[in-house]
Amino acid sequence: MSGDSLVKISNLSFAYDNRPILTGINMEIPRGKVVAIMGSSGCGKTTTLRLIGGQLKPTSGTVEVSGQIVHQLDSDALYELRRRMGMLFQFGALFTDMSVYDNVAFQIREHTDLPEELINDLVLMKLHAVGLRGAHCLMPTELSGGMARRVALARAVALDPMLIMYDEPFAGLDPISLSIIGDLIRKLNDALGASSIIVTHDVQESLKIVDYVYFVSAGKVVAEGTPQELKASKAPYVHQFVWGEADGPVPFHYPAAQPFDEELMGVRHG
Amino acid sequence: MSAMADSQKTKATGGPQKPRNSLASPRGTCGPAPRLAPGKSLPVQFLTHLGHSVTDRLWRLGFAAHFFVAVLLNSGTALRRFQLTIREIYFSGALSIVIILVSGLFVGMVLGLQGYDTLERYGSSEALGVLVSLSLVRELGPVVSGLLFASRAGAAITAEIGLMKATEQISAMEMMAVNPIARVVAPRFWAGVISMPLLAALFSAMGIFGGYLVGVKLIGVDAGSFWSQMQATVDFREDILNGVIKSFVFGILISWIAVFEGYDADPTAEGVSRATTRTVVTSSLSILAADFILTAFMFRGS
Repeated sequence: MSGDSLVKISNLSFAYDNRPILTGINMEIPRGKVVAIMGSSGCGKTTTLRLIGGQLKPTSGTVEVSGQIVHQLDSDALYELRRRMGMLFQFGALFTDMSVYDNVAFQIREHTDLPEELINDLVLMKLHAVGLRGAHCLMPTELSGGMARRVALARAVALDPMLIMYDEPFAGLDPISLSIIGDLIRKLNDALGASSIIVTHDVQESLKIVDYVYFVSAGKVVAEGTPQELKASKAPYVHQFVWGEADGPVPFHYPAAQPFDEELMGVRHG
Repeated sequence: MSAMADSQKTKATGGPQKPRNSLASPRGTCGPAPRLAPGKSLPVQFLTHLGHSVTDRLWRLGFAAHFFVAVLLNSGTALRRFQLTIREIYFSGALSIVIILVSGLFVGMVLGLQGYDTLERYGSSEALGVLVSLSLVRELGPVVSGLLFASRAGAAITAEIGLMKATEQISAMEMMAVNPIARVVAPRFWAGVISMPLLAALFSAMGIFGGYLVGVKLIGVDAGSFWSQMQATVDFREDILNGVIKSFVFGILISWIAVFEGYDADPTAEGVSRATTRTVVTSSLSILAADFILTAFMFRGS
């Protein structure tokens, strides 16, 4: 990929206490593109997003966003950087004590001194973009899962970020909401001229909308390429993942300390 | 803000092991190093366990102190945009008024009954007003309203912050470059600190009214001596101000414990429920302990 990358992850490792999550990851997110990070649950995808957002500090290696090394920033500079990032959380993470309108207005009110009429226009524009202008006075508890996700999307792009991160945007959605969200991710990215990172395990939907895919397994990038390349790939891990096979390079069993028969017999008789 | 980043870093890299890790499942071998290692003798196991829980608590106390400083340092927003704090005062303070007033009334009425019964034996039942007001203003007002406030508002604050954490609202706020300690925690903390003395005052006033109802209206103690003895004996600095200081200290304790437990809760349903329980238990105990210490310094029988 070209040198003009918004996010550059070099040799990144991260461990919780002594449990390694990521080991030596390299990725690049070019400007204006939508990049997916895929992998089975628990392989460190969300951790990668948190490292990009500076919520965690890497054990070694660096994350560079728009030329700045994230973990070396002090908290003021980090907050400055985060203002230019938007993030969609897995279940929306809407503020449940505020209406849809106030949720979208939250960041604008916190970070700018714009007059209320202007905020009104901005919020309604963002809500219109996700098709929920009519729902602006509802509370988050009154929304369906798909609608909540769309409101969260409107909130994530409220300040026109340069980088939008999506943490499992497709999890738990019906097929219609799913393709709406997929569509919106692509359209918002192109309309705002932003770059997007989608962390997901929904292969079919995301292969339709992304430009480039990284496959992560056990804390390592095991494959990367454009959607066409990956669909055609013969690599066993990619094949298992793209076509959803139960057993393969990713084992069905979580590794256990002792073999199955030994452990059962040991407990019964020991 | 830097304090917050620090505490996160410490959490990620070490610090106290969360209780979750220590809940060994009854079957099978869980984790690489089970805490009660088999093969060690019982006293050694006991001592290991004891040491572990003591150091855990010390770590938590350190975290709590660190958090307290972080809240104070990030209080600018809560004080500058005071409507944020006012909103929380409404939720934790104003909504507690009913329970405080009703309890105050009953406590005062009981004091009236019990006090009359005792005082009458010494023929000094006209001192009932003094007894009721002094016990309320010095002791029962701050302590009982503190206990009520801890279980009504403290528990609610912990549950709310804990659930905001569990549903990633806190993380979302951080990612929006809004410091959750300044925006969520500090307003709730200051709301508690401001509400508590006012609630204690309301409790005492209502209690005195309850004592009046029972003593004067029901039993028939002379109204004149009830009020005049009270006014002559209760000293503003010695009695009332000391009671206000107590309720202020309890307000700080309760709010601090409530916001810390909420912010520190494990982001699961179980974690939030445990944190809420801890808030009520810890703040009740600290109210009583602090009350003893404060009383020992304030009222020395002079």
